[in-house]
Amino acid sequence: MNIIVCLKQILDPDIPSRDFKVDAATKEAVRGSANLVTNIFCENALETALQFKEKVGGGKITGLCFAPESGEDVLRKALAMKADEAVLVVNDGKSNPDPLAVASTLGAAIRKLGAFDVVMVGRESGDWGVGQTGGLLAEELGVPFVAFVDTITADGSNLKLKRQTDSGFEIVAAQTPLVISITNDEHNVPRVPKTRDVMMSFRTPLTKWSLGDLGVDSSEAYYEVAELGVPVKESSCEFVTGDTLEERVNQLAQRVLEVTRAM
Amino acid sequence: MNVVICLFAKNGFDRAAQGVAGAGRRLAESLNAKLHAIIVGTPDAAMMEAAQAVVDVITVAANPELSEYQTENYLAALTQVCQGLAPQAVLLSNDTYSQEIAPRLAHRLKGSAVGDVVAVRVQDGNIRARRGVYGGKAEAVIELKRTPAVLWLRARSFDPAPAAGTAEVNQITINLPEARTNIIERKSEATGEARLEDARVIISGGRGLGGPEPFEDLKALAKLVNGQVAASRAACDSGWCPPSWQVGQTGKKVAPQLYLAIAIHGASQHLAGMSDAKVIAAINIDKDAAIFKHCKFGIVEDYRKVLPLLQEALAKSQK
Repeated sequence: MNIIVCLKQILDPDIPSRDFKVDAATKEAVRGSANLVTNIFCENALETALQFKEKVGGGKITGLCFAPESGEDVLRKALAMKADEAVLVVNDGKSNPDPLAVASTLGAAIRKLGAFDVVMVGRESGDWGVGQTGGLLAEELGVPFVAFVDTITADGSNLKLKRQTDSGFEIVAAQTPLVISITNDEHNVPRVPKTRDVMMSFRTPLTKWSLGDLGVDSSEAYYEVAELGVPVKESSCEFVTGDTLEERVNQLAQRVLEVTRAM
Repeated sequence: MNVVICLFAKNGFDRAAQGVAGAGRRLAESLNAKLHAIIVGTPDAAMMEAAQAVVDVITVAANPELSEYQTENYLAALTQVCQGLAPQAVLLSNDTYSQEIAPRLAHRLKGSAVGDVVAVRVQDGNIRARRGVYGGKAEAVIELKRTPAVLWLRARSFDPAPAAGTAEVNQITINLPEARTNIIERKSEATGEARLEDARVIISGGRGLGGPEPFEDLKALAKLVNGQVAASRAACDSGWCPPSWQVGQTGKKVAPQLYLAIAIHGASQHLAGMSDAKVIAAINIDKDAAIFKHCKFGIVEDYRKVLPLLQEALAKSQK
């Protein structure tokens, strides 16, 4: 199986709210002292791919990242986790390209890579959280798409995908090639690479393409960020009062009932 | 001009469908457009009646193959009906299936999509949608640059539509594509349990619970208030409860009337999934826990001491 895993580099989503600022003019988050990291769902995708490869005992995993030069960090980490190859499509400095531009760029890179069986993307990103790359990419490539997958298993020449739904899960029988988006689950927590593999990853060649190499035209806007701001929330929590714990909890119960009885 | 809402017969005219219809009606009014519903599958009489009361026209795509969701079939159905209507906007809910097909629908209709929308407005003839970004730390207004604007909404936070008359109904047969994917098994985590997204009361537990056992107490509490149990990422990642219970940026996005957070600190990634709750309340031992900043009321106390007394008080009130 030839698997391509798309990996996005984002601002560390775990920075505390008080350190988070936006630039209203450029409509982007201010990087400040925050690190750039691999989007967690993309790492879940890579982990899912690695486990699949280990189970079936063969295949090739290519990490694909569309980012500025800094995206190399994401791909080095992917190689350290034991992806076989890595491709960076260097973007033109536009830090906030729209979803269709991303999908058409990734699509062009995938076509240039040649035949594939599965393209995996994360379910959404921890920055803009748009959640459209997988679907748009499937349309760009003209293949089916299955969302919210957490496990893939081989079924002859086809695949069996387990995916999460609102109420539980579904099993999808799928022919390749296709695009799937990966969500998190206790089984696909990304592995921590071994020190030796981290060092080795810097010796693995990394392919770099420019947008010019791919001949992508992303001049037509899909959408535009008109406003970006941090909502101001005033704290007005009313703490229940009382001399004893019983009194306080009784008051808590009353407040709960006020809400539930009004429904 | 048309505003289209996409409904699935299987779900009935549930709270999500009502929210989508409400958002659709208000958008149709600002665009001076008709509100058109597409129902995929064969709706029952109750759904038809409820939908007919609030929209202007209904198209039912009722091939027998559409009785159950299959990705490529449902996508084909919505695409074919929309192509005939040339809508300005296409609205869906934020269930698994809608999220799966909305971007592809936009691509096929040469439109633009935006998801997890909490508000829609028309400005200078352009459709703008508001949504949380950066795990709820910020909010963005997105202007759609192509037509139609395909929006999937946090449907339950939109008010329903007022009654408008009785919509005319058309039936249509869809040309279905060759099946390349096939959903062969469907499982609900707990049978009979409603969707977390539909819950009106949610009792949620976090890392501070310390293990899986306290979730039994949360279940008992939930039962007393007709609620459902949910959890934070920390609790799910620890394997204390199924992943489908997870609320947050990496889990479900919910909007209940009451969200009671127990031993949840309130990281922004969690808030991203529940900040649309009408009333948020918390039980937490740490008075500086971030969750209290978003609460209407709360108690600073060890949950172990609070839960038995709270259960008792709520049980008493039922008598």
